[in-house]
Amino acid sequence: MEKTWNNKAWFFVLPVLLLVAFSAVIPLMTVVNYSVQDSFGNNQFFWYGADWFREVLTSERFHDALLRNLLFSAIILAIEVPLGILVALAMPKKGIWVPVCLVLMALPLLIPWNVVGTIWQVFARTDIGLLGYTVDALGIDYNYVRNTVDAWVTVVVMDVWHWTSLVVLLCYAGLVSIPDAYYQAAKIDGASRWAVFRYIQLPKMGRVLLIAVLLRFMDSFMIYTEPFVVTGGGPGNSTTFLSIDLVKLAIGQFNIGEAAAMSLIYFLIILLLSWVFYTVMTNAGNDKPMTGGGE
Amino acid sequence: MARIRLDHIRHAYSPELAKANNYALREVDTVFEDGGAYALLGPSGCGKTTLLNIISGLLSPSEGHVRFDDRDVTLLSPEARNIAQVFQFPVIYDTMTVRENLAFPLKNRKVPKAEIGPRVDDMLRRIGLERKADRKARGLTADEKQKISLGRGLVRSDVAAILFDEPLTVIDPHMKWQLRSELKQLHREFQMTMVYVTHDQTEALTFADKVVVMYAGEVVQIGTPEELFARPQHTFVGYFIGSPGMNVLPCDLDGGDAIVSGERVKLPAGLSAATPKKRVELGIRPEFVSLVPRGEGIPVTVEKVEDIGSEKIVRARLGEHRLSAVVAEDRTIPADADVAFAADRLNLYADSWLVERG
Repeated sequence: MEKTWNNKAWFFVLPVLLLVAFSAVIPLMTVVNYSVQDSFGNNQFFWYGADWFREVLTSERFHDALLRNLLFSAIILAIEVPLGILVALAMPKKGIWVPVCLVLMALPLLIPWNVVGTIWQVFARTDIGLLGYTVDALGIDYNYVRNTVDAWVTVVVMDVWHWTSLVVLLCYAGLVSIPDAYYQAAKIDGASRWAVFRYIQLPKMGRVLLIAVLLRFMDSFMIYTEPFVVTGGGPGNSTTFLSIDLVKLAIGQFNIGEAAAMSLIYFLIILLLSWVFYTVMTNAGNDKPMTGGGE
Repeated sequence: MARIRLDHIRHAYSPELAKANNYALREVDTVFEDGGAYALLGPSGCGKTTLLNIISGLLSPSEGHVRFDDRDVTLLSPEARNIAQVFQFPVIYDTMTVRENLAFPLKNRKVPKAEIGPRVDDMLRRIGLERKADRKARGLTADEKQKISLGRGLVRSDVAAILFDEPLTVIDPHMKWQLRSELKQLHREFQMTMVYVTHDQTEALTFADKVVVMYAGEVVQIGTPEELFARPQHTFVGYFIGSPGMNVLPCDLDGGDAIVSGERVKLPAGLSAATPKKRVELGIRPEFVSLVPRGEGIPVTVEKVEDIGSEKIVRARLGEHRLSAVVAEDRTIPADADVAFAADRLNLYADSWLVERG
């Protein structure tokens, strides 16, 4: 049959085009616009070329913040993903405790970021906070305001408390979707508990784990509110992550051009790393015939 | 390999249900001989899957014992019973290759590596998957996956029995025939006790040496396909097996005759219900109902004729009862005809159970 061409059909795309333009393209282009100019106030802008990008990419300050962020995301993923899987495995699969567990798990996710920050800011204080006071009373020298390691531990524990539930809920959804027959067959095959996990539960959780890792990576790489409330990026610059540094640059120092360049670089790094994660994890699960040929 | 003895098995899914006398399995007491191919056949909810799970050990019965040969296995787990099971939906280990899938139960049982290799190779050949041995199992078709799950059972040389829980449900129709005959072939080769659950009579009749027909939590008849066809022990069997099912006509007895809707049917000698108080029915397969010229038999009204190509199915009315007859393709069917019943094919039922010939 002959295909009919009607160029009026393009009008159907118009609404979504407008929506995307106002929600994404135009704001993004503003940032691009700033990133190639310099301003000394009075709404006067001067062409600056790619110099901001060069400056950001070579600045030690940016490198340090980037490394801190990469380290933070690595720690977060290394703790939250295995922990989330373990908790999901331990959760009941049926009975009255299921809704109880699910609600308990969902609670941290419902608390606003800055409230989480405030809770932990108080909770970890050595003078009035339950956690800080207890740790201090046990004879451990703990002070997240002065000590770099303590500040990191506090921020990491806070993030684990806040976000492990997300991994748990995703993994749990993957686990309950496994038909009983798989467990029965594994039992009949004499599989050990580990083998059941390795060959049934883990593969069946593959897809949700991919989503969990992506979400947790992106969120932890963009973390801002909680460490900002708890440590303010300190002591020194030790918990100044990229986002905190960016805000300091843009609003603190009002260096809009450099901040815009840094935003774009930041955005591209997240995009690149997410793509790498996605590609690696989907390929690890896929069965590509090694020889290429086959039937 | 083992002989499976089901010793007065009863099962209710909870103590409350048992108290209310609501048993999923009312009472099953039967023996599956070593090396036999059995099919558990019945409609949905008749308890056939419950019975299978009791045999496999996924479920332990509320009452009664399961014995493999002389060993009481009632309380043993599936792996301790040494059975294999093929489920409705193919269960394979996605991330493993076909070869690894087959080696998995052996590895778990700590069989020496030198022995695993040849046994897996042998099994690959028997189930016809040699060429796909090193492919990931998840990319295979449903029937190949089902063969893998069967292979995982057969590869263990010591299995007591292989159980199938409606294994062809997700298989494409044109593959069903082939897989079924391959199953039959494998049964002949391995001579293992196989129990096959299905609600499809064709599957049951072609696979099994003995078909166990279940109805409402009870075994109503165990027999060869031929026995089920010729002498259904229960009106349900007559109705369930065969297409169309057996005609069951309520009747009264008068001496050596049965009276159906006022028409007299001569019963073969020695056939009569012992106590006349019971509900008596006459059973005759549509294949043994023939059309005869008016005045030579029992008058019926033909309502509908279904031409299925190889033969014609006549749907008629005998008084207030429905009656089906299968006649040759080339017969012309008058609107009013008489029917005759093949006397030696008549079965008499009292309270739904077959009356034996004296």
